[in-house]
Amino acid sequence: MADRRVTLRQGVAAAILVGLGLVPVIAWATGQAFYVTLVSRMMIFALAAVALNLILGYGSLVSLGHALYIGVGAYAVGICSYYGITNGFVHLAVALGAGLVIAVLTGLVCLRASGVGFIMITLAFAQMFYFLAISLKQYGGDDGYAVPARSAFGALNLADNTVLYYVILAVLALVLLLFHRLVHARFGMVLRGCKSNERRMRALGFPTLTYKLIAYVVSALVCVLAGVLLANLTRFVAPSYMQWTVSGDILLMVVLGGVGTLMGPVAGAVVWLSLEELLTSFDLGLPWGIDEFVRNHWLAVLGLFVVVVTLALKQGLYGVLVERDEARR
Amino acid sequence: MSTSLFFAQLLNGFQLGVLLFLMSAGLTLVLGIMNCVNLTHGSLFMMGAYFAATVYGTTHSFALAALAAIAGTLLLGLVLERVVLARLYARDHLYQVLATFGLILFLNEVARIIWGQSPIFMNVPDALSGTIDLLGLPYPSYRFAIIAVGLCVGLALYVVIHRTRVGMLIRAGASDSAMVSALGVNIKLINALVFGVGAALAGLAGLMAGPILSVQPGMGDPILILTLVVLVTGGIGSIRGAFYGALIVGVVDTIGRAFLPTLLREVVDRSIAQAAGPAIASILIYLLMAVVLAIRPEGLFPVKHG
Amino acid sequence: MSVLAVTGLVKRFGGLIATDHLDLEVREGEIHAVIGPNGAGKTTLINQLSGELVPDAGAIVFNGVDVTGEPVHRRARLGIARSYQITSVFMEFTALQNVMLAVQGESGRSMSFWRPVAQDRRLIEPAAQLLHDVGLDDARDTRVAAMAHGARRQLEIAMTLALRPKVLLLDEPMAGMSHHESEAVVALLQRLRGEYSIVLVEHDMDAVFALADRITVMVYGKPIACGTPDEIRGHPEVRSAYLGDQEEAI
Repeated sequence: MADRRVTLRQGVAAAILVGLGLVPVIAWATGQAFYVTLVSRMMIFALAAVALNLILGYGSLVSLGHALYIGVGAYAVGICSYYGITNGFVHLAVALGAGLVIAVLTGLVCLRASGVGFIMITLAFAQMFYFLAISLKQYGGDDGYAVPARSAFGALNLADNTVLYYVILAVLALVLLLFHRLVHARFGMVLRGCKSNERRMRALGFPTLTYKLIAYVVSALVCVLAGVLLANLTRFVAPSYMQWTVSGDILLMVVLGGVGTLMGPVAGAVVWLSLEELLTSFDLGLPWGIDEFVRNHWLAVLGLFVVVVTLALKQGLYGVLVERDEARR
Repeated sequence: MSTSLFFAQLLNGFQLGVLLFLMSAGLTLVLGIMNCVNLTHGSLFMMGAYFAATVYGTTHSFALAALAAIAGTLLLGLVLERVVLARLYARDHLYQVLATFGLILFLNEVARIIWGQSPIFMNVPDALSGTIDLLGLPYPSYRFAIIAVGLCVGLALYVVIHRTRVGMLIRAGASDSAMVSALGVNIKLINALVFGVGAALAGLAGLMAGPILSVQPGMGDPILILTLVVLVTGGIGSIRGAFYGALIVGVVDTIGRAFLPTLLREVVDRSIAQAAGPAIASILIYLLMAVVLAIRPEGLFPVKHG
Repeated sequence: MSVLAVTGLVKRFGGLIATDHLDLEVREGEIHAVIGPNGAGKTTLINQLSGELVPDAGAIVFNGVDVTGEPVHRRARLGIARSYQITSVFMEFTALQNVMLAVQGESGRSMSFWRPVAQDRRLIEPAAQLLHDVGLDDARDTRVAAMAHGARRQLEIAMTLALRPKVLLLDEPMAGMSHHESEAVVALLQRLRGEYSIVLVEHDMDAVFALADRITVMVYGKPIACGTPDEIRGHPEVRSAYLGDQEEAI
């Protein structure tokens, strides 16, 4: 059943991963160490987008509150550091443990609603935790908290930006691999069946709520991982990590890249954050102060871009390649 | 905790509730009838406040400011509906969310371009700058006026929706829009009308909120989220749900913030109360929403679908 | 030996009574057809038997067990499976994948996160067999979206059979089929008789009278007659209430 030829889509996917692997090398060669941090950030958000895509693309659950879990991961690192705990494994345990509890409880409530209700409730819950974080004055409140040092994982020295970069890339690659297996395994088929025809799934004997909840929790936990990595990258935790605009950004990255494909969200994250970077440092030498206008008001440009892309594109950038593959079969 | 203080906060709660009702009514109609998630509603609120503040600042006429706010947002709403939103009705909620999210980013930035990042201020009109006497309690006239206007609008909406032919079409559209279309009613006109009215209501809310909130880019975002909480709690598509939901959310939020920290101090240790009080108060309405959802997922006053 | 016993079933929608104190008894291994004019409440009955609608009163007993309150997926697991009047399959998957999903549902084992289903013989073999049973061998790897209507109905039945049910609830399986396609389905149902107990809601009278062991006739939610095809053919009330419509048309 599997196609032995390497399809264009697989080629692009491989190119993206290889490209990501080469970035630190290129950055070192050109003396632009800044790109290592920039692309690290892209990969972290790619991770969050891949996580959201599991329930969105394969499960049809539109969550507008996934930034909540990035916040959970980040604050786990922040709060542990505040109390002098620097062991990375402890950070991970706390983050994933808290994430598990929150995801199960939130998921149970949110999944009682469907369609529009689900979207609004996930948004509301993310806001809830955002306000909660602001009210935690000891951990910086609105201003956030500067984490003194990166998580300590034994011999692995995360203080080195390049080491952190490859750790993030490894996590991203591992998650992509795990999700690839999951989506084609029995569990993944149930999830995809729910997206296609939930009523029929129930008639076939599947307790669909249970499967959707598990998928939601898995998705949340990967986001938590992204949050832990983000806190390490920026050495900072703030309630703004959980702002609803961040959730919106992640959602956009998934759709931009292609809903329901594994590499799509990665492409979407790279494109979106590259666009952000390009616009904030816009300098093409255009007349009448256009350059400065774009640099100062890049959000307007991005906003318009989102509207245009949403209206025009049905499949997302990467999704177009998937469609070509399907048509050829 | 004196009764007059409680009464004053209760009225403040109603005032917030009324503003939220104006926002939710429009949003719930658009959602119920066109099945479209419209996150731009908060931006319309913001624009209403900006239009009002700008006109009031130059003319010192509240009447002109009101005209500017309501007409301005009505117009803006109609443009948005025709150019962007009408293309989204047939599509998944996902794309509606994204497009309107993009519009929020765009409109917030437009506000920043035109008016700058710093908040602009609008004074309470002189006629309403005093206090009125409510059962022996002095209460700001302006806030009372907001409550009065909101209740009048609520009554007017009720009369239109339940007692006129247009209202009947709207109710029919809310429960079966395909059928209404099949009956030959000009659905595009109804959609534009509904959206326009919703936008105007948001503009009215923005106008009234102008003097009491600081008018700045992004001021609509927290209001939008509160509105969504009202919708979820009250029931999507239901005007009654919007009304009662808004009042409940407004009152719970205001009373909670005012009295929970003090109440907590009676029960637990002072230091814990000081930390936990404001935290719980700020998330009280979300907890309320979660409880309502756990018991009645369709909301407190859901629309009955045929 | 009755495998499905329905007593005093009542269902109201506002002021309308869709199921009016209905009694129905399905014997093991029989094909029990339910017929009636449009609006008689046949699909509402099927929805209550499968669990998608909760009756307002009455009881549904399956093999001695009261299942009146059980949700859809639990009844499916207990042995009551239904097919849909409007084809309800998974459009984006192939015919084989559709049946594999049904087989997977029956197995109750879906908490597997690593092994690809494309290599899972315990899903592929039974699914392929079922496709063969309903006559869809050559459509194995065709995406359902590209399949003809008749083929999709056959797929429906294959998926329902995958649940290894004891009772099949078939809601107008021959709807929209050509004469040739209906013949294939009638032959299929003949093969299934005895091994499965079948409740068959159908408008195609030729098929009903060819297949049914017993027929229940419903009018406005109430059963007005129950008996063998011959008994029903000669039943005066049935003739006037139901077949009378057809006489008018002539």
